[in-house]
Amino acid sequence: MRTIDITHQSVRDLNQALHDQAPECTEREWKVLNPAGKHNIACGLDQNLSVDIMGHTGYFCGGMNKKAHLVIHGNAGQGVGENMMSGSIRVKGDASQAAGATAHGGLLVIEGNAGARCGISMKGVDIVVKGNVGHMSCFMGQAGHLVVCGDAGDALGDSLYEVQIFVKGNVKSLGADCVQKEMRAEHLQTLKDLFNRSGIDEEPEAFKRYGSARNLYNFKVDNASAY
Amino acid sequence: MTDINVKPGMRESATFDRNTIAEIQRAADTGIYDIRGFGAKRKVPHFDDLLFLGASMSRYPLEGYREKCNTSVTLGTRFAKKPIVIETPVTIAGMSFGALSANAKEALGRGASAVGTSTTTGDGGMTPEERGQSSKLVYQYLPSRYGMNPDDLRKADAIEVVLGQGAKPGGGGMLLGQKITDRVAMMRTLPKGVDQRSACRHPDWTGPDDLAIKIQELREITDWQVPIYIKVGATRTYYDVKLAVKAGADVIVVDGMQGGTAATQDVFIEHVGIPTLAAIPQAVQALQEMGMHRKVQLIVSGGIRNGADVAKCMALGADAVAIGTAALIALGCNHPKWQSEYEKIGSAAGFYDDYHEGKDPAGISTQDPDLMQRLDPIEGGRRIANYLRVLTLEAQTLARACGKNDLRHLEPEDLVALTVEAAAMARVPLAGTQWIPGQSF
Repeated sequence: MRTIDITHQSVRDLNQALHDQAPECTEREWKVLNPAGKHNIACGLDQNLSVDIMGHTGYFCGGMNKKAHLVIHGNAGQGVGENMMSGSIRVKGDASQAAGATAHGGLLVIEGNAGARCGISMKGVDIVVKGNVGHMSCFMGQAGHLVVCGDAGDALGDSLYEVQIFVKGNVKSLGADCVQKEMRAEHLQTLKDLFNRSGIDEEPEAFKRYGSARNLYNFKVDNASAY
Repeated sequence: MTDINVKPGMRESATFDRNTIAEIQRAADTGIYDIRGFGAKRKVPHFDDLLFLGASMSRYPLEGYREKCNTSVTLGTRFAKKPIVIETPVTIAGMSFGALSANAKEALGRGASAVGTSTTTGDGGMTPEERGQSSKLVYQYLPSRYGMNPDDLRKADAIEVVLGQGAKPGGGGMLLGQKITDRVAMMRTLPKGVDQRSACRHPDWTGPDDLAIKIQELREITDWQVPIYIKVGATRTYYDVKLAVKAGADVIVVDGMQGGTAATQDVFIEHVGIPTLAAIPQAVQALQEMGMHRKVQLIVSGGIRNGADVAKCMALGADAVAIGTAALIALGCNHPKWQSEYEKIGSAAGFYDDYHEGKDPAGISTQDPDLMQRLDPIEGGRRIANYLRVLTLEAQTLARACGKNDLRHLEPEDLVALTVEAAAMARVPLAGTQWIPGQSF
């Protein structure tokens, strides 16, 4: 295992060292000490690395991640795992707003709560939040799954495309074109698989499913009040 | 529109003219606002309102056919390890695959590469055809992040963070369902045939302080190799440019209200933003006050049509320009040879702007396989290269006449304005006077 202490080395040094692993992996296990809320830690990785970040991170930790597996042993700032393509990111604490924004793939697990716009414009990522999510979560979500084990704030799934949303607790309100849908056997299986992958102990039967009513997919003047 | 039925004594209202009447009736018929492509069609102060002061007794001209006039510009010298060198200061603006056909994107890449300049992706990501045929490709980073991935990001020669565009500052994009084919849908992770909406602001940051962090992220992911541009629609340009410099931009792109779009509400195109002519001096002032003029390069777009426009932009302080609508016209958009086809879809050569419908007879703004075949990317590339060469030669001609051996040596002192409005906006004297409106002398 290689350890990098951000107190003594810069984020640039850290990221360059991690990027240098992309063509050929010579060190799979990494530990980052004293992240101290710094921004852009471990972003742009492109290798099957295991990176433990021992503290809180600032904006865009793990941004555009491919293949790597990150664990943040603290809270994560804005846009954790934004545009992630594959691999996984686990936040042991809470995540700020726009967690997993536009992410195309991989798994984002937030063991605490997530702020506003969790999963905004998500494009295929799976996001599992053990706590609550803030308002406008999954806004314009295109593909993937958002699982909320706690409550969801206002306007969940506004202008939704094809993301499947599962919530165990209360939903303060649904956004435009987002509706509750029937939970069928295949959805229970999807949830079970997501809990297995994320290591979250929950019963799928306790969740409700939400998705797009698809009424706003093509403009109709009769829907003008929804715009 | 014909005046054949207008007889003496019939007076058309200036307020409710025939276009206005037609739009009111169209709105009443359909219940939806008019969506179209192209840029602002209203007349605004523009580069035609400026003239160059060629050399005479007090200035020394350069021989047009003998003496060199440099057109090469380096973009991204502030932070990037690999700045872009373009051989002509005319670049191709961002236009998406989806809005344009794959053949059109390839043709733009071929043409730009032939003259050593850059082309730019758009909403929807980077296509292999475009990357393969573009020696210098700028990758747009847009609010929608459609097709956005780090592999393509690293393949780019520069990254352009798009905050807005001149046709619709403050607005997002749209690509109507008829253009969302299987390939476009796959690239954008959307169901086929839906009306695709692009967000008007980025999903994971708000404001210039956040943008500074976002730019740092993009630099980290690309290991500080490539320049980062920031593109804004021209509105509060003075402040936007200052904030862009503060946020860490290498290059700033300012797109005036004449800049084109593939699909936007007509009311947006015609009523939001300021003319390109008015935006340039604001941008240059902001850069000069920060000591960053020429250090952070300025690219200007929005209604650039000929070498005179290029030279005037440079004289006002731009480092380069970008063309979009003019490039499509060079490819064949609105060509008279398609007149009968335009008539079939209710338009005419010279008027066609319904890019969003995907029925472009010229095969440019369409995803229809049959229409797309009408545009040969090799021939299209040749036309683009020809046009770019003409723009460059024309700009050089004017620069030499002003005694400049580099396009970037042109300066506001070389210009006068024909109208009070243009003089005020461009901050150059009204022709034959020393008067710049708003400035004492």
